[in-house]
Amino acid sequence: MKISFSPEDEQFRQEIAGWLKDNLKGEFEELRHRGGPGDEHMFPEERKIWEQHMAQAGWTCPGWPVEHGGKGLSINQQVIFHEEYARAGGPGHMGHIGEGLAGPTIIAFGTEEQKKRFLPGIVDGTEYWCQGYSEPSAGSDLANVKTKAHFDEASGKWVISGQKVWTSLAHESDWCFVIARTEPGSQGHKGLAFLLVPMKQEGVEVRPIEQLTGTSEFNEVFFDNAVTDADNIVGKPGEGWKIAMALLGFERGVSTLGQQMHFQNELDEIIKVAKENGSSEEPAIRQRIADAWMGLRIMRYNSLRMLSGGADGSLQKEAMIYKLYWATWHANLGKLAMDVLGNESEILDEGPYELNRLQSMYLFTRSDTIYGGTNEIQRNIIAERALGMPKEPKGR
Amino acid sequence: MEFAFTEEQEMIRDSAESFLQDVSTSEAVRTAMATEEGFDAELWQKICSDMYWQALHIPEEFGGLGLGYVELAVLFEEMGRRLLCSPFFSTVALGVNALLVAGNEEQKAQWLPQIAEGNLTATLAYTAKNSWDADSITAVAKKEGEGFVLSGQYKYVPDGHTAGLLIVAARDENSSGEESISLFVLPANTAGVSRTWTPTMDQTRKQAEVTLDNVFVESSNLLGVAGKAWSQLEQVTQLAVIAVAAEQAGGARQILDLTVDYTQERVQFGRTIASFQAIKHRAADMMVQVECSKSAVYYAACVAQESLFCNDKAGEQVAEELPVAAALAKSYCSDAYFHCAAEAIQLHGGVGFTWEYDPHLYFKRAKSSETFLGNGAYHREKIAQAIL
Ligand SMILES: Cc1cc2nc3c(=O)[nH]c(=O)nc-3n(C[C@H](O)[C@H](O)[C@H](O)COP(=O)(O)OP(=O)(O)OC[C@H]3O[C@@H](n4cnc5c(N)ncnc54)[C@H](O)[C@@H]3O)c2cc1C
Repeated sequence: MKISFSPEDEQFRQEIAGWLKDNLKGEFEELRHRGGPGDEHMFPEERKIWEQHMAQAGWTCPGWPVEHGGKGLSINQQVIFHEEYARAGGPGHMGHIGEGLAGPTIIAFGTEEQKKRFLPGIVDGTEYWCQGYSEPSAGSDLANVKTKAHFDEASGKWVISGQKVWTSLAHESDWCFVIARTEPGSQGHKGLAFLLVPMKQEGVEVRPIEQLTGTSEFNEVFFDNAVTDADNIVGKPGEGWKIAMALLGFERGVSTLGQQMHFQNELDEIIKVAKENGSSEEPAIRQRIADAWMGLRIMRYNSLRMLSGGADGSLQKEAMIYKLYWATWHANLGKLAMDVLGNESEILDEGPYELNRLQSMYLFTRSDTIYGGTNEIQRNIIAERALGMPKEPKGR
Repeated sequence: MEFAFTEEQEMIRDSAESFLQDVSTSEAVRTAMATEEGFDAELWQKICSDMYWQALHIPEEFGGLGLGYVELAVLFEEMGRRLLCSPFFSTVALGVNALLVAGNEEQKAQWLPQIAEGNLTATLAYTAKNSWDADSITAVAKKEGEGFVLSGQYKYVPDGHTAGLLIVAARDENSSGEESISLFVLPANTAGVSRTWTPTMDQTRKQAEVTLDNVFVESSNLLGVAGKAWSQLEQVTQLAVIAVAAEQAGGARQILDLTVDYTQERVQFGRTIASFQAIKHRAADMMVQVECSKSAVYYAACVAQESLFCNDKAGEQVAEELPVAAALAKSYCSDAYFHCAAEAIQLHGGVGFTWEYDPHLYFKRAKSSETFLGNGAYHREKIAQAIL
């Protein structure tokens, strides 16, 4: 066990820090610290251009293997990359669903043709992805999806009909990975397929949903005889569930470190406000700021443990605590931010509903404990899979 | 950076786990805790001669095994799991650490080999008040001829009534705060030293009051520089709280396991109580705290390793984190252990409230270890001072 970085790794740190310093300026200056969680609706076009700018220097998907267009960075270097990116205020990745979810899934389960077709678009920052899992009647109970797909022999294409909901960034996306039922009459996690569906077509309609922040980052997506090519299925029909679940594992990978640096920036801002308005002298606030600071450090140690341990990519059972932990921590941070601001927490930058960064962070953290598996579902998973306690009784 | 245990470290854990499972059973703990000494002398000798744990992080040149703080933290974690009753904590986390931090080569050569051989136990005494800050040191050291005369009182001294070697803090007359504090090492049988066992609510860890009544010590008993010892004492307590935190993490983990096992057996309403979501969710929350405790401890142990033994620049940088890493580990693990132990009693129901079942042993250790060297809030305030 060792926590210091080698001189080579420190040199790599200089390299990426230097590149960011030289490039995250001029036309990109306004993007610094923007577009993270809670702010994802901001500057989408400009952030896509930034993504392409990064791609030209080879900084997108740096953790992917070289053969798939990545840099093949070691885990340590990925840690450093994400730390430096967030330290520099690097904008939220428009392509994070492609880089973090779609890409790794295709690398793990896709065919050679699929890798050739889809990976370069993710690496270049030219094709963007969204995640079509949730439906009106399939939230926590994801296996209850009703969206249907069948293979049409005449056109040689998959035909998809149904409705997805809460689909983040669907309005900015070129592709969606959709879990759909390909076996008529099947139930639960049987009979599902993992399809890659182009968004820009007649059979797909995207309707934004206004969030409690007053902004729209997620959408309803209607598929009405939407089509995709015969080859655009990952795995076989019937393997959709297995692939969908493996993908959720990628969510807990190294990118969590970037998220943590983003959290650090938020905490730094809270500390700055606390010092300015004097609340940093109040014992109760001091305790809570220290607690938040500790909690974030522990989050980092948790992920270093997770990353160092699972070199084979498999998640140890300890990793199951990750989502519940960070989501709860972040929700508490949101509340702390408002309590530090005091009466000022109510005052908007501008009407009718222009939230400042901490306000929108505060409101957005209410979703952290819901998306990607709610806190309650996380607790079920931990109790059942990590602690071996009995499964929930089934209602059907 | 490699934040995972090496094969050798895993082996140390495995052997500690199986050894302690055999020797530190609930029955053994209960027998030892009922005595004034608080440990089974035969078992302690067995640990010293068969396991060699007391020598673990003593450098080889002083007769030790020359292993590091991560290995040590693994041992503390396993001991905490089994509530091992022994003078290991006082001797190693307090005594050895104090000698390593503050002792000169002669002093190390004089005392460490005796500890490594298992012939000597040790402890640290400094506070005379209901607190842990520099002002809590009230014992006085007066220069006299070639030595010093020490007088004063110490409270809450772990194993103070049984330790063979005392490391004590004392200050110049009429001084206050962090100034003018010195550390001394002296055999407990030095003339003028008296020790009284203090009965405690947590019986698995013994405490004593130590009184020095005009005790004369040679200047060779002075550790470090006279009047300049506060920062060294701080380093020692920082290293020690990492050991406490490791024990706490182990205790929290064990009480979680005990609780999950119990709920899997107990049937109410025609099903095991483990099948109730209210119970599953509380167990899941306990597990989050257990895993976070371990992460905090392992990181702090890596920092402690560099703080004691670093030999390069990267290590020095890590070593600077000691004050916050220690405060973080102690603060988090104190609260987590208490939470888990309290939940354990609740989820056991009525039997959780009996003397016969074990949860109360963990609940009491959780509280005593939380209080010792500063509770969660105390250490969070230290962090607040560092970041605000
Ligand atoms: C900001 C945001 C972005 C999102 N982005 C996407 C996206 O891009 N793609 C996508 O597919 N989905 C997305 N989602 C959807 C998200 O995954 C779901 O909202 C989530 O899985 C919960 O489903 P639900 O909303 O139907 O709530 P429900 O499942 O109806 O849950 C309601 C409440 O019941 C509790 N509950 C449900 N089942 C149990 C149980 N077995 N035991 C105990 N309690 C239970 C839940 O914890 C919750 O508190 C997003 C959601 C949000 C808020």
